[in-house]
Amino acid sequence: MIIKQLSVFVQNESGRLMEVTEALHEANVNISALNIAETAEYGVLRMIVDDIEKAVNALKDLSYSIKVTDVLCVEMPDVPGSLNRVLKALLSVDLNVAYMYGYSNDGKAPLILKVVDNERAQIALKEAELE
Amino acid sequence: MYWNEPIETLSRDHMHALQSERLKDTVGRVYQNVEFYRKKMQELGIEPGDIKTIEDIVKLPFTTKKDLRDNYPFGLCSVPKSEFVRIHASSGTTGKPTSVPHTRKDLDTFAECVARAICCTGGTKEDVVQVAYGYGLFTGGLGIHDGATKLGAAVVPISGGNTRNQLTLMQDFETSILACTPSYALFLGEALAEAGVDPKQLNLRIGIFGAEPWSQEMRTKIEESLNVTAYDIYGLSEIMGPGVAISCENQNGLHIAEDHFYPEILDPDTLKPVADGTIGELTFTHLTKEAMPLLRYRTRDLSSITHTPCECGRTSARMSKVCGRSDDMLIIRGVNVFPSQIESVLLEVPEAKPHYLIIVDRQGTMDTIELQVEIDDKYFTDEIADLEKIRKKIKQKIDSVLRIGVIVKLVEHKTIQRSEGKAKRVIDRRHI
Repeated sequence: MIIKQLSVFVQNESGRLMEVTEALHEANVNISALNIAETAEYGVLRMIVDDIEKAVNALKDLSYSIKVTDVLCVEMPDVPGSLNRVLKALLSVDLNVAYMYGYSNDGKAPLILKVVDNERAQIALKEAELE
Repeated sequence: MYWNEPIETLSRDHMHALQSERLKDTVGRVYQNVEFYRKKMQELGIEPGDIKTIEDIVKLPFTTKKDLRDNYPFGLCSVPKSEFVRIHASSGTTGKPTSVPHTRKDLDTFAECVARAICCTGGTKEDVVQVAYGYGLFTGGLGIHDGATKLGAAVVPISGGNTRNQLTLMQDFETSILACTPSYALFLGEALAEAGVDPKQLNLRIGIFGAEPWSQEMRTKIEESLNVTAYDIYGLSEIMGPGVAISCENQNGLHIAEDHFYPEILDPDTLKPVADGTIGELTFTHLTKEAMPLLRYRTRDLSSITHTPCECGRTSARMSKVCGRSDDMLIIRGVNVFPSQIESVLLEVPEAKPHYLIIVDRQGTMDTIELQVEIDDKYFTDEIADLEKIRKKIKQKIDSVLRIGVIVKLVEHKTIQRSEGKAKRVIDRRHI
């Protein structure tokens, strides 16, 4: 399924991340998944939140650079080989994964991933009976 | 359109005669009234009688900012204090302050020069002039104010800052001319976009910007974001304030009010005059100033001069846009670096905002230069690889212009302080 992900540019300095979570807390936004890609100087915080509009407004008010991106969320079975099947399906349609993050709990393993063509990825995943 | 056609279109011969007459008068006055100049001239073995034409100016002594500090507050004045009607002063952030007194006639000259300048940009009495320069000891606010008043335009004396109010009055009063520093103009343009106001809906048509060096690219950006034609006004408080020179519709240099201020360009090392078109240190001599006339005041601004006729019909000497200051120049690993070079590069990279901060430091014996820039929101991407591409693109461009390696650091939007006056662009942490 295609879902919305919110990304924020954050400087890699102590306290900066908390300023973002503080703003989201004040706006009463719940985060269900997150990932940080970092360099020595800055990072990109990527999040799946329950109310993206509220989150966007709260961060925009504070002048953060933000971006809303369509990403794929694949609910894999929590068994050995699931991720391997996903990547195989994507490779079969020539799709490179830009980044991904996931976890497993309670028999389920949701995976969030970014590719250049969500539709093509979805078709491939359906064929592999993963969507 | 001229404010004072006879003077602004005076033949070069007549200008030469007028300047020679006025220089003789000024030298006579300072020799008689100012001990500092009398002593300096005696040391050089010259008397007022040795000055016969304007060419003799090269015989005269120089004046520097340090001389103004050493003779603070009124040591260089040519008239009794009772003749002063206003005293401007510098803030003294880099040491002792400097003061610049004006007589009634000095202020009349100031207003005359600014009226000429506004007229030169196409301003008339029909205009509404929003003066967003600071009012106070700084000459920007009051200088433009008096000149616009003399022109008969409607002046909005809002001063600098209070950006939201600037935008409101700009719309409500149908401001047609905006006068401020270029960095504040850029900031106002951004604020306008953020407020969702289309600049084409405003009545703005002319921008008169000065008091700090700015690049051609910055001009384009300001003109687009505010929907104005931008003019460059030049001045410095020691000589007068804004209105010493102004660009015209041909945008090929700034017309100097040469009947009041005689310009020279000097080689910064030898202090000898250089040929027309050669960049050097701009130096001014007062020709009519009463309260505190200065001889050959070294501005530290780098510019060049041309005497070729301008299509606008004005016959005055024209100075090129100031391209830097001889004392703002950073020497990093032996290489001369001007902040304006960095600004020009950033304005060519759409992914970067034109606001920047240069941090110079020294690690061991090695100078480092770090450039903090903000990514334009439109280009922000959540993929590090793409952000790094942008960072490297900026770095490559800067490196090739400066010819030294620069650390480029992407920082959060709005972390670089926006200026409401003169922008602070450089932090030098070296302790040498």
